[in-house]
Amino acid sequence: MSAAVEVAEKKKSSAMYAGRPYVLLERGWLAFRSSTWIPVVTGFVEPVLFLLAFGYGMGNLVGDVTAGGTTIDYTLFIAPGLLANSAMNGAIYDSTWNVFWKLNESKLYKTMLSTPLGPLDIALGEISWALIRGLVYSLGFLTVVTVLGLTPSVWALLAIPAASLVAFGFASFGMAVTSYFKTYQQMGFINIILLPMTLFSGSLYPISVYPDWVEKIIMVLPLWHGIELVRAFWFGNITSGVLVHIAYFVAMIAAGLFVTSRRLRALFLR
Amino acid sequence: MSKPLISVRGLTKVFGDFTAVNGINFDVAKGESFGLLGPNGAGKSTTMRILAATSTRTSGTVEILDKDPEKFGPLVRAHLGIVPQEDNLDGELTVTENLFIYGRYFGLPKKFIKAKIEELLEFAQLEEKRDVKVQALSGGMKRRLTIARGLVSEPDILLLDEPTTGLDPQARHILWDRLFRLKEQGVTLVLTTHFMDEAEQLCDRLVVMDKGAIMAEGSPQGLIKQYSSKEVLEVRFGSDRNKEVAPQLSQMCERMETLPDRLLMYTEDGEKLLEQIAAAKLHPTTSLVRRSSLEDVFLRLTGRTLIE
Ligand SMILES: Nc1ncnc2c1ncn2[C@@H]1O[C@H](COP(=O)(O)OP(=O)(O)OP(=O)(O)O)[C@@H](O)[C@H]1O
Ligand SMILES: [Mg+2]
Repeated sequence: MSAAVEVAEKKKSSAMYAGRPYVLLERGWLAFRSSTWIPVVTGFVEPVLFLLAFGYGMGNLVGDVTAGGTTIDYTLFIAPGLLANSAMNGAIYDSTWNVFWKLNESKLYKTMLSTPLGPLDIALGEISWALIRGLVYSLGFLTVVTVLGLTPSVWALLAIPAASLVAFGFASFGMAVTSYFKTYQQMGFINIILLPMTLFSGSLYPISVYPDWVEKIIMVLPLWHGIELVRAFWFGNITSGVLVHIAYFVAMIAAGLFVTSRRLRALFLR
Repeated sequence: MSKPLISVRGLTKVFGDFTAVNGINFDVAKGESFGLLGPNGAGKSTTMRILAATSTRTSGTVEILDKDPEKFGPLVRAHLGIVPQEDNLDGELTVTENLFIYGRYFGLPKKFIKAKIEELLEFAQLEEKRDVKVQALSGGMKRRLTIARGLVSEPDILLLDEPTTGLDPQARHILWDRLFRLKEQGVTLVLTTHFMDEAEQLCDRLVVMDKGAIMAEGSPQGLIKQYSSKEVLEVRFGSDRNKEVAPQLSQMCERMETLPDRLLMYTEDGEKLLEQIAAAKLHPTTSLVRRSSLEDVFLRLTGRTLIE
């Protein structure tokens, strides 16, 4: 018996899963080592620029903000929201454009599915990779913020696992949506949705400024939940509302994984 | 006879309202070298993909090592080395990285793969290109790497879809030789081709496919014996005269095929037939006596040539 068969027989595998999503991280790392650093840097720099432009620019005009009964400095207010944003950016970059490329141009997933890997290995592996990128972005952002003296307490460290959950959710959802897109024009929709969501979800000001119905719409969108979740941990202000945000992301992750692995199967195991 | 390694019954694949594979049956025994021979669009690749569990079937049954590949994809594929018709190397990685990560997809230990890589680089004659990104390889080098990659997992069954397409004659012969050695080690080969010489060289047994159906099955020599004569006389009279002399010539041999540029006359003794033709005062501009090949079998079965 060959080593490959021994490996396969040791695990309880199904048509969907071989129990080896980590090999996608290994592949991601091999490809990343030799790829260009520009997209990585821009994705990270964007929230930092927002922080500087809005925090120090607008902050001087706005002064303090009152949200949820407490009044804080504007720059301090936007920092956790932007952290959630950077986690999202990192996760979305990999799970949409990179996944689109591997689905439609390089056909990498098709190749992987001609090895013992199953669709769920690919979905989990790629989403984890995107999650890691989101995590790296948020760590970088946290470092910048800390250097600027905007971290309120050690509680802020807990914002990192919160941001990872946010990244995981967006990665999972992003990959699921991307698996339905066939052209670059369709991919453009992702930006059309992301930009307003980024602007209006309450990272730059509390959403209580909106009319009631707008506020309700925003509260359905994932980024608002992400921002609130990160903000709660950032300020050590944990309430039962946090559970709702966590549940929202857990549901998003589960739905994304389910849809993605089904879609990969439908696309490539025809 | 022991149970076949691969068993296919009534296999059918329909795309929309087009039937690409139409109820085919075949078995492949352990250690055998089995070929699917057929023209473009015959359904060879579709059949191979279904065997590889990367495509589902519309109806029929497939068993590889007693398992349905559709239900046990990962487990079945752990036994298989797959060389698809189109190279699908990982363009972002180098030659060695491609081999390495492919082994990792099979869950093989890093140490095992690293040792294997050296062997495979030699196999593919790519030692000098080891750290080159695959995008920068020539077509033939990519092909060789794809084949080498299929061997990382030391498969029991190797599925090769037109393995030598794009290789120069020398590389082709080297590959035949390597495949022959794998076969001696007990590896079961399933390959598709539209090169008759390849099929004759490599296959113990083959099926001739056309339009999704199997037209004939047997060993290369057996098929030739069954469907063709011992020798073939090819004559040309120039494209206009070919048609003119055809009726007269067809009286002289067992069977004749009229191609646009030449006439193929099937006979047991080509030289003798040529003398007869000369005696009848018909003077072909060129003539050639050769042994019958699978090409002739195909022509007989389908009325068409394999390679236009
Ligand atoms: N995904 C698909 N969707 C629709 N039709 C398909 C698909 N794949 C193959 N076909 C059709 O099925 C038929 C058989 O294709 P297949 O690739 O199996 O042929 P083949 O024998 O491998 O030919 P070739 O020698 O050109 O590689 C063709 O007519 C092809 O157009
Ligand atoms: Mg083909």
